[in-house]
Amino acid sequence: MLAIVDYGVGNLFSLKSSLRAVHADAVVTGDADVLEKADRIILPGVGAFGDAAEKLRNTGLSKVVTAEALNGKPLLGICLGMQLLFEKSLEFGEHEGLGLLKGCVKPLAGYIPPEYKIPQIGWNALSFKNGGEKSPIFSTIRNGTYVYFVHSFYAADCEDSVLATTDYGAEVTAAAGLGNVFGCQFHPEKSGDAGLRILKAFSETERAP
Amino acid sequence: MITKRIIPCLDVKDGRVVKGVNFAGLHDVSSPVELAKYYSQNGADELVFYDITASAEGRRLFSEILTETAESVFIPLTVGGGISSLEDFDRVLKCGADKVSVNSGAIRNPSLIEEAAERYGSQCVVLSADIKRVDGKFTVFSRGGRDNTGIEAISWIKHCVDLGAGEVVVNSIDTDGVKQGFDIELLDAVCKAVNVPVIASGGAGCIGDFITLFTRIPTIDAGLAASIFHFHEVEIADLKKRMAEEKIPVRLTEEYL
Repeated sequence: MLAIVDYGVGNLFSLKSSLRAVHADAVVTGDADVLEKADRIILPGVGAFGDAAEKLRNTGLSKVVTAEALNGKPLLGICLGMQLLFEKSLEFGEHEGLGLLKGCVKPLAGYIPPEYKIPQIGWNALSFKNGGEKSPIFSTIRNGTYVYFVHSFYAADCEDSVLATTDYGAEVTAAAGLGNVFGCQFHPEKSGDAGLRILKAFSETERAP
Repeated sequence: MITKRIIPCLDVKDGRVVKGVNFAGLHDVSSPVELAKYYSQNGADELVFYDITASAEGRRLFSEILTETAESVFIPLTVGGGISSLEDFDRVLKCGADKVSVNSGAIRNPSLIEEAAERYGSQCVVLSADIKRVDGKFTVFSRGGRDNTGIEAISWIKHCVDLGAGEVVVNSIDTDGVKQGFDIELLDAVCKAVNVPVIASGGAGCIGDFITLFTRIPTIDAGLAASIFHFHEVEIADLKKRMAEEKIPVRLTEEYL
């Protein structure tokens, strides 16, 4: 069973539907026991980092998610859920993340050329880095596959864990991961067949030994 | 590089697609769900559903077909038509919409944009503006292009973006339905005025019109059309192939491992 963490952030309709489409046995839950029993965990999220991090801590779920990931259970963070995997974010102040991946979430403004619109909204191509093509979640897609992005912040200072970047006037982290922990800045649940393939692959990843 | 989006628009009344769709190979030619699946499988980058129903029963049917579509189509889905309150936002988002477009509702009550952006984020709030030249001035019309509001269009769009609209759909009433090309003059003025994605609507009659749009206005983000896609006058796959040949960044159908 795959558990989608429900901590009151964002609309989980599409994520649930897309996991049903790839025949993954998924439940939406805010229950620590269910997360502990699950074979895999997805951490979704849209909105502001500080608010989401606080909700995750206040519900006590940040501890559970972190502990399960450290135990080797596959974890996939999506969009803001991916940003939460890092140590901290500079979105409206400084906020602490889960610290499962090394790095800091920073604004696209000031990093990309000024003529580029913020947020980045639309389909952009994945460019694999650090052997990203061998990552279990990307086992069935090619380098250059287009996926759908909506974001104003990006993961920086995370060179070692970057699995893929995308070109938005500068190299922007599109996916990151380390062992059993994965994160996608883009929305696989909105990325057509390519996104479904990524979700399917994640729903079949094995836990780390 | 980020790609230019191609967006088919479906007008839905009482749960059915209107504008007399003529589709070979589709089981139910006026089923929004079937049509949405077809477009999603054939290269559409996003879909827009406009609810043009007036009745409560029609609205209920719209919510049903929206839910069914969002359960089976996994590309971004924007919903518009009759959005005038946060409850309307809530209703369509719960049915699986990713973005909500406001038009007359924002003209009546501009703070709707601000409140919705605060609650759901700017990325979720799309301003849709129907614009027509009146005495040489770009002017905003409301109620599906029926009423002249007297509001100057460019300053209206800038104001809405300041309030929190994350994207703008610009419908030119002057070029809509004429099939002689997009309203380049208007779209260029909007693109110069705002720094959020701008979607061109109204006037596409052939593939060349999209090529002209993206070549003449490199900062435009997307082209939207309805009947030319519904009537197979333009196939999205052919359009995207031409765009790629013209070196316009475009998402082509993927090959998988």
